[in-house]
Amino acid sequence: MLHAISLGLVLFGLWLLLSGFFTALLLSLGIASVVAVVWIAHRMDVIDHEGHPIHLTFRAILYWQWLLKEIVLANIAIARVIMARKMPIHPTVIGVTATQKTELGHVIYGNSITLTPGTVTIEIDKDNLTVHALTTDAAMDLKTGEMDRRVTNVEAHPDTDNPNPNANTGEHS
Amino acid sequence: MDIALEILSWGLLFVGSAFLVIGGIGVVRLPDVFTRMHGAGIIDTMGVGGVMSGLMIQAGFTIVTIKLALIIGFILYTSPTATHALARAALHGGVRPRGDETPEDESGQGNSSSKT
Amino acid sequence: MMAAVALAVLVTMALAVFRSIKGPTVYDRILAVNAFGTLTVVLISVYGFLSERPEFLDLALVYALINFIGTIAVSKYVEFSHMGRPTGGDELGDI
Repeated sequence: MLHAISLGLVLFGLWLLLSGFFTALLLSLGIASVVAVVWIAHRMDVIDHEGHPIHLTFRAILYWQWLLKEIVLANIAIARVIMARKMPIHPTVIGVTATQKTELGHVIYGNSITLTPGTVTIEIDKDNLTVHALTTDAAMDLKTGEMDRRVTNVEAHPDTDNPNPNANTGEHS
Repeated sequence: MDIALEILSWGLLFVGSAFLVIGGIGVVRLPDVFTRMHGAGIIDTMGVGGVMSGLMIQAGFTIVTIKLALIIGFILYTSPTATHALARAALHGGVRPRGDETPEDESGQGNSSSKT
Repeated sequence: MMAAVALAVLVTMALAVFRSIKGPTVYDRILAVNAFGTLTVVLISVYGFLSERPEFLDLALVYALINFIGTIAVSKYVEFSHMGRPTGGDELGDI
């Protein structure tokens, strides 16, 4: 229920931002479409702590700041590699292990890896991520496991923050 | 508008444009599809982020700023998913990444040399 | 000045078109078309500022979403020659 309300608020905020009109007719149309969307999402059974992870919000904001810094640094490194006359690339395929407990954590980790230029997640199999790295530096950075540790911190206590976790598939620890 | 904000805005626009072109050059220069994804990653993160942040400062604080922030958010959320879907499709379709090492103990991953 | 930014975007678009025509495999072409779509979003926004009509941003917002869905759909279609069913085999393969 909490997730449904938060989804509705986010959608209605989006409606207000995109329309920019505040007449009664348009506001009531907005409320009607928000209710319809929440009802459809409820029927599809996608309103849960995975689809709408409000329990992560504050830690995620802290994580994004760190991720932004990493993305800028990696961008500069990869841009220098591309603009060098003889591109010093060493494409490697490495496997890293994710220590997150939930699938949501794996998704955050995989997407963070892909979002950082120089590393692309090409396959996820439970805890093992196959990562394609453009340079050895990018691969070494990933191997230090700092991003993994920080993502694990983001989803540190998914069960205590979430009153009724669904019977998740990969959650037996 | 404040002169410092003006300078910051044009700086961001310049950096963003430069990274867009660098990413484009990367997409053309890099040797195979998996490495080209890194070039596209530069376009999607720093290029779009730089240009859009510069435009945000140009717009001042209006509804335009929030729409630009929404566009950045959408692109930052969707681009890794699209890249991952494409990488999976390429792997499934038989393209093997050329590289120095093969996956250490991934069973079933064929030994990948530079010939596809 | 804003025209210079638009020019940089157009140059990058030309590079992406070059890759999408040349690119040896179909995946190169999908990648280039995805990048081209992202650049279209940027170009629409910059053109909105160039012509001082910020309503163009709504188009950019919608184009960003449609570009993503299009890329996912084409990747999935090329991978499985089929769009409906999830992948056979692993349950993680929804995209």
